[in-house]
Amino acid sequence: MSVTLTTRQVGDVTVIDAKGRITLGEGSSDFRDSIKSLVAKGQKNILVNLANITYIDSSGIGEMVSGFTTVANAGGKLKLLSLTKRIQDLLQITKLYTVFEVYDDEAAGLASFQS
Amino acid sequence: MSAGNHSPKPVAELVLESSLESVDVAENHAIAAAERAGMPEEDVFRFGYAVREAMVNAVVHGNRYSSNKTVGFRILVFPGQIEVRIQDQGDGFDTKGVADPLAEENLLSQSGRGLALIRAFVDELLVAPADGGGTTAVLRKFVRAGTESPPQVSEE
Repeated sequence: MSVTLTTRQVGDVTVIDAKGRITLGEGSSDFRDSIKSLVAKGQKNILVNLANITYIDSSGIGEMVSGFTTVANAGGKLKLLSLTKRIQDLLQITKLYTVFEVYDDEAAGLASFQS
Repeated sequence: MSAGNHSPKPVAELVLESSLESVDVAENHAIAAAERAGMPEEDVFRFGYAVREAMVNAVVHGNRYSSNKTVGFRILVFPGQIEVRIQDQGDGFDTKGVADPLAEENLLSQSGRGLALIRAFVDELLVAPADGGGTTAVLRKFVRAGTESPPQVSEE
């Protein structure tokens, strides 16, 4: 199974509920296209919910970083929500915990865009 | 650490096409071998992850998806450790030429994290020129029954 990306709007924050695998090929390109589409529509506050991501490879990690940069360059912020233990490990190994804002609680993640 | 001079019969020895389907095939073989060897669940995941990344390197960066090139894939199971050998037919690869993805200035790079993740998830990684051209990557992981090995995170 590749990735399924469902977006919902909560106030001025777009939440992307991601499910499945983000790997080289279809999964990572879907993620990239989704972020670019949101930015093109003027959505600048993006919270990516990774609770149901079962696997992400280095290509998928790269697309998350690219998405972070794309949103930042548009004057917005991309933040992460509900990381699994394995994704936490991957972000720790790659030192990306120092790049991404990460939240365990959706309400806290949403509120962070107001500060 | 060397696995010794007396190599067992490979539990898998394949010549794979330069495709992403081959990446899946290799990962599945590695996971199955690790499970049969009694590796703890999280170590199985890490070993499979490392093999997948090494196969992507061979298919994408080594052979560049060429239909004229193949990837040699072999799994050996020794007492207490598993070894995977992946050989591409690319132009060769020097790990010294890879920018450090953990350096502050490279954290926002889109690519370049594969080798760091492989190193974190196996006990030994050797990358060397292959006989006749291309690159050989050898990944070794110990089988620590009942105890999961922590990922090897840089302290820098």
